[in-house]
Amino acid sequence: MENLSLISLCVLLGLTSRWAVSFHSYSGAGKPPMFGDYEAQRHWQEVTYNLPVHEWYFNTTNNDLNYWGLDYPPLTAYHSLVCAYVAKLLNPEWVELYASRGYESHSHKLFMRATVLFTDILIYIPAVLLYCFYFCDGSSKQKVATALCILLYPGLILIDYGHFQYNSVSLGLALWGIVGLGLGWDLFGSLAFTLALNYKQMELYHSLPFFCYLLGKCIKQGLTGRGFFNLAKISLTVLVTFALCWMPFLSDPKQPLQVLHRLFPVDRGLFEDKVANTWCSLNVLIKIKTLLSRETQLFLSFALTLLFNLPSSLKLLSKPTLWQFKLALVNSSLAFFLFSFQVHEKSILLAALPVCLVINEIPLIAIWFLLTSTFSMLPLLVKDGLLLPYVVTSLAFLFLSLYLLSALERSTEEALRLGFYHQLTQHWLPKLNLSRIIKWKFWFSLAAMAAVSFISVWLEPPAKFPDLFPVLVSILSFLHFLGFVIYFNLVQLMEPQRKKSQKKTN
Amino acid sequence: MAASMTHEKSWFLALALGVTFLKCLLINAYHSTDFEVHRNWLALTHSLPVSQWYYEATSEWTLDYPPLFAWFEYGLSHIAQFFDKEMLVVQNLNYASPATILFQRLSVIVADVVFFYAVKECCKCLREDKGKDLLAKPPFILTVLLLWNFGLLIVDHIHFQYNGFLFGILLLSIARHFQGQLPQVLSRLFPFKRGLCHAYWAPNIWALYNIADKAFSILGVKFKLLDINKLPKASMTGGLVQEFQHSVLPSVSPLATLVCTLLSILPALFRIWHRPNGARGFLRCLVVCALGSFMFGWHVHEKAILMAILPLSLLAVESREDARIFLILSITGHYSLFPLLFTTQELPIKIFLMLLFTIFSVTSLKTLLRKGGALLNPLEATYLLGLIPLELILNLPMTCSVVVIS
Repeated sequence: MENLSLISLCVLLGLTSRWAVSFHSYSGAGKPPMFGDYEAQRHWQEVTYNLPVHEWYFNTTNNDLNYWGLDYPPLTAYHSLVCAYVAKLLNPEWVELYASRGYESHSHKLFMRATVLFTDILIYIPAVLLYCFYFCDGSSKQKVATALCILLYPGLILIDYGHFQYNSVSLGLALWGIVGLGLGWDLFGSLAFTLALNYKQMELYHSLPFFCYLLGKCIKQGLTGRGFFNLAKISLTVLVTFALCWMPFLSDPKQPLQVLHRLFPVDRGLFEDKVANTWCSLNVLIKIKTLLSRETQLFLSFALTLLFNLPSSLKLLSKPTLWQFKLALVNSSLAFFLFSFQVHEKSILLAALPVCLVINEIPLIAIWFLLTSTFSMLPLLVKDGLLLPYVVTSLAFLFLSLYLLSALERSTEEALRLGFYHQLTQHWLPKLNLSRIIKWKFWFSLAAMAAVSFISVWLEPPAKFPDLFPVLVSILSFLHFLGFVIYFNLVQLMEPQRKKSQKKTN
Repeated sequence: MAASMTHEKSWFLALALGVTFLKCLLINAYHSTDFEVHRNWLALTHSLPVSQWYYEATSEWTLDYPPLFAWFEYGLSHIAQFFDKEMLVVQNLNYASPATILFQRLSVIVADVVFFYAVKECCKCLREDKGKDLLAKPPFILTVLLLWNFGLLIVDHIHFQYNGFLFGILLLSIARHFQGQLPQVLSRLFPFKRGLCHAYWAPNIWALYNIADKAFSILGVKFKLLDINKLPKASMTGGLVQEFQHSVLPSVSPLATLVCTLLSILPALFRIWHRPNGARGFLRCLVVCALGSFMFGWHVHEKAILMAILPLSLLAVESREDARIFLILSITGHYSLFPLLFTTQELPIKIFLMLLFTIFSVTSLKTLLRKGGALLNPLEATYLLGLIPLELILNLPMTCSVVVIS
């Protein structure tokens, strides 16, 4: 069958599942007075449309920052403004200052869902297709299969089309950045990533690998000659892009400071709610949130994040290849997720994106991680009334990706990039069948996640521990993430300095 | 290689699971009054003695399927009580709690297992085709054409019906016939009181007849040939089931439609009587009869076009002529089902699934049967492509008005 038809079928399947998920509820549906992220996005349309730019991030009589004040960088604000113009055309009531607070209707929901679909089709989906076609090994059928699996990743679909967010914009732009760098178009890649960063500040999780890759590449080209010239060009591109995005806020020094204050709310504490990272999990045993002062918490989290990023970044700096770059993205975002300040459970999507990009090389581990990442958001999804799509999309992703990528067959030690492990243990455990152990662990872990999902929905928590189930979910996920960050770090660091090992092709 | 061998063995499961997951995602989509029809049948078979089943008339949706289906609903009702007992109360008209919706949708999805089994059996009846890549194998193509059939998906899993289950039984009997066993075909009841056309007109000859009648009556009044007061008030598209009279042309009686149908299928029946052509000949005759009944029958539902499309799929993967006819029939037939889903929310699903099925059927059949040039001639291709601007023109005013009103 021709390539174009295969690609169209793949995209249509991705679009159908996205739109079908959008039928379900969204964050904060029918829950006054605050509602949820859906209302936040609608409110930003209202604010950006009705108020002048210099008031967007400030607390004024017209703009109460306590009611979903803007806390994403300017590009999100501009995007909301564009949506607001369309909203005004369709029904002015949707963006009426004050009067539209808590506005909910069937056609408004259709409009909001349509805006997500629009940006998805424009930014994220083309990036995925380009990535698969340029950087995936194997026949064109294998590439389309990989694209389909990436498009069916449940986490992103459930958050963007269920809970309601625009992660496909920031992740899509970051992916364009990765594609650009992979093709050798450094300026384009830097531009795309800077735009991503200016859309959501969480993209900082990806910034170290981008920096180290580009710096490493320039160093290899010679810092006195071409390399320096390239570095200068890239830096200029980044600075100019930043300046253009922040232009309306540069007239008054108070503006950028206030925006930064909104983007990085250090006052809000080490973590909120239950999230599958170190601090929240540690807090179960030792109440670090109350034990340590705010400054100590900040310092500790900063130090540990940097520490866990160091090996991966240095390795990338010394060997700037695409494979190293992808692994560094995984490791960096996981390190940030596990140790950073004010991490939300949705931030796991930042780690999920680069893992999607290695799904063709290490299918079993990637699928395992992607399912765990979806599971880690279960309490949020249940709160939003998205249990049915969660179950269906997770099961569909599990079976289809295992089938299409032949994940269970491609799980020999070499395929799992664990050759070095075999060399280490060869002497005292010669009969160790790592492949079988990993497969058993995989199925056992899935069973555990299914069991916890089941009991957290069907059973009532004991009165003494009302938060038992969310805590259970976050601790189980945290342990998995810890294992994954160790695994991916080992894979990246243990790669020989020579050309990368032969990958299995179909 | 190891990977492609697994693909060889388990592609059917992957396709079946995939479509099942899609159906599960559509559980909360729009459903039509047919949902209430089946809930009512669950309730009355559960609460009343058998002798009362075909007399019960609390709801307007009285039982009008044969006894076997009534027993099927009776069986389902025993499981239904574990989901929500209230749905089994006959007086609870239009009861649609989340548990009710979940149960009913799941019952359609589970009943489709019969369809899956039938499709698997049909694949066994195809001629052997070794040495081809999976996507170009006739069993694979046929499985997608049947399991992922656009019409079945939107009629059964959005609009709400049990056609998959019923077609499964039909396809199973076709497969058994291919395999050398006698067919057991189910017959349908003919509700004569329901009127010449169903609420949504099936695109058959009587729809054209109605249009001609309407046109003549309007012209007649305009040119003062007819008196507007003497014309019967014909509200044929009102969405209600009722008898109506034609204004200018002679009214059509059930007997007339029966005669027309029989005349249309007589040549095919005659041919198969005189020169039976084995299982394939039988299947061809089946398709002709389905089309004849669709074109000339009394109170035909637009969904009945599936009765011709699904069996034709079997023939389409083996012969160029049949593939040509299948493409024209399925694309037009599926498009004719569009009015069943008129909500804005379901519009993207309609379009995506239609494109999915159409692109797959056109490209796979083209690749499979490429010897001898293009499958469709330019005129046919233009006709089919013309459906796209038609849909755009029809949709634009509707979407705008829906949005503005709310």
